[in-house]
Amino acid sequence: MNPLAIEAVGLMAPGLAGWPASQAVLAGQRPYAAEPMPAAMATLLPANERRRVTATIKLALQVAQEAMAQVALPPDPSPSNGRGELSVRTVFASSGGDSEILDKICVALTQPDRPVSPTHFHQSVHNTPAGYWSIATGCMQPSLSLAAYDGSFAAGLREAAALAWADQARVLLVVYDLPMPFPLAERRQIVAPFAAALLLNPVATVDRLALLRLASDASGQPADRLDDAGLERLRAGNPAARGLPLLCAMAQGVARRVILSASARETLRVEVEP
Amino acid sequence: MAIKPLAIAACTLTNALGRGLAASLRALREGESGLRSCDFEDAALDTWIGRVAGLEEEPLRGELAPFDCRNNRLARLGLEQDGFGAAVRVARDRYGPDRIGVFVGTSTSGIGATEHAYHQRDPITGSLPATFDYQHTHNVFSVADFTRRWLDLTGVAFAISTACSSSAKAFATAWRQMRAGFCDAAVVGGVDSLCLTTLYGFNALGLASTRPCRPWDVDRDGLSIGEGAGFALLEWAKPNDDRVLLLGYGESSDAYHMTAAHPEGAGAALAMQQALARAEILPAQVDYINLHGTATPLNDAAEDRAVARVFGSATPCSSTKGWTGHTLGAAGVTEAVFVYLCLEQSLMPGTLNTHRRDPRLGAGIVLENREQPLRRALSNSFGFGGTNCSLLFGRSPSFPVREG
Repeated sequence: MNPLAIEAVGLMAPGLAGWPASQAVLAGQRPYAAEPMPAAMATLLPANERRRVTATIKLALQVAQEAMAQVALPPDPSPSNGRGELSVRTVFASSGGDSEILDKICVALTQPDRPVSPTHFHQSVHNTPAGYWSIATGCMQPSLSLAAYDGSFAAGLREAAALAWADQARVLLVVYDLPMPFPLAERRQIVAPFAAALLLNPVATVDRLALLRLASDASGQPADRLDDAGLERLRAGNPAARGLPLLCAMAQGVARRVILSASARETLRVEVEP
Repeated sequence: MAIKPLAIAACTLTNALGRGLAASLRALREGESGLRSCDFEDAALDTWIGRVAGLEEEPLRGELAPFDCRNNRLARLGLEQDGFGAAVRVARDRYGPDRIGVFVGTSTSGIGATEHAYHQRDPITGSLPATFDYQHTHNVFSVADFTRRWLDLTGVAFAISTACSSSAKAFATAWRQMRAGFCDAAVVGGVDSLCLTTLYGFNALGLASTRPCRPWDVDRDGLSIGEGAGFALLEWAKPNDDRVLLLGYGESSDAYHMTAAHPEGAGAALAMQQALARAEILPAQVDYINLHGTATPLNDAAEDRAVARVFGSATPCSSTKGWTGHTLGAAGVTEAVFVYLCLEQSLMPGTLNTHRRDPRLGAGIVLENREQPLRRALSNSFGFGGTNCSLLFGRSPSFPVREG
């Protein structure tokens, strides 16, 4: 199978404030410390929109914005690019979506006359971050939003790769999950917010960060764990962070095989090389 | 060169028209709507819905009982019809259980289970009842997980959730995942069930009609929410394959507004053009368009402009939402399978409930059913967030086969 180049990375989690600042920790050169996460600014959103959107939307858009700021893509003259600002296909992957919004709707449905907010309702769809992203960037390219519980990172990576190969075009993968509010948090524990974005190119460019080769693995080999206890707690405690072994391999800059959890009976094998 | 087509090896539908393909086909032929005045749970709303009868009395039992919720009951009911499970078993023997992908579209999955649980919170602690199982009911992946377990498949599986384009995009994803070699065949589908979230949400947005929906009608005033399950088994077409084929797909984003369609239908037009381009088919070679046609004033107007821009006014088109209501995340597969039935049965459905065509709209809207052979037909699905998907299906005794 053809390799994919990773051209840019966005990252945001406690103790992982952006890709450049996180590489030493991910490479094992500095211990991980779960410092409070800086607020996701998502400055690409207009100020009035930024006030209306949730923490989930801002976190997803923040890492997407960080990754895209690392590359200078040529403007796309085709009519598929609405305002000519940015042209990139996107895949958004999340296990739980925007649980803050879902909680508010379910609370409203227990109240007299069930006052569901129209804004909450339209923000409840799983593709809300994708919608805000396309509106903010003017990008009319295809976008997919998916979910695969604890396999959401692997599923997103597979779909982003498949889309990049099929269309022979760059794809921005955005994976995110946040802790749920009470009482949902009692049934789905997500230990900390985590979001990552990877810009994939089906052409192996010179200034890439890494090359990936993907293959399904039904051999029963368990998914990789991380040596650093704090990072491992994050990996195991947030579906989006199940991609951390891949980010660590990229930060280390050496050729490595990474096994990511995909589902109960299957893993995703990723051969990473600089 | 045109993309390598996928063949529909098997498919099935369950919705307000009944269980299985025959029920849908009969209702389409007879012009019988599945819509009724809202009688879902205790919803106090003046609106019409397309409810699937009997789901309340058919809980999931046995090994898959943890998945029990309205949405997965509907998925199970859908999977039981038309010998779909048997067709997948044959494919499983041929390809292997780990080589058949499962891609299921849904917008709200089993959120109804969470709605019920919030009504039963502990009055002191606020906790949800012990019986509530978030992972297997509410979580978006639940319906894809249920589907793959029910079919005993072990390969790549995920849920696609792009609002009302979800299960149309499942077909595009299947093509890509097979092309990438992640699987050799795919079960695609869509399941969305009635819940208070969508009923009260669409009413809060002022998008639900107080009457059965009337797409393209001069007096149209909103949609009717429905529920449904649909599945298709897809494999690469063979040379001279005489089955119904997915010839092309197109996807785009409006980049305009979260809930309002682009007024000129720019994104919708792009999706249709890309479906045609992938199939190397000219607009004039399309015999019928199954519209998204939700019957809200602005959605229909935007889609009309897009269709008129790409096809002019000559291509016959209709919306079948008057039969099923808008089945949201299941609408894509529901209408893809309607198109399959139309191609197989030489039927072009009209636009049920619509009596006076809006004179401001220019697409070639068909009000009455027609019996005529169809070679190629397009299905449109659009959703919140400005997500658009068009699927082009056709029957063709021969097509140029290439690897990829």
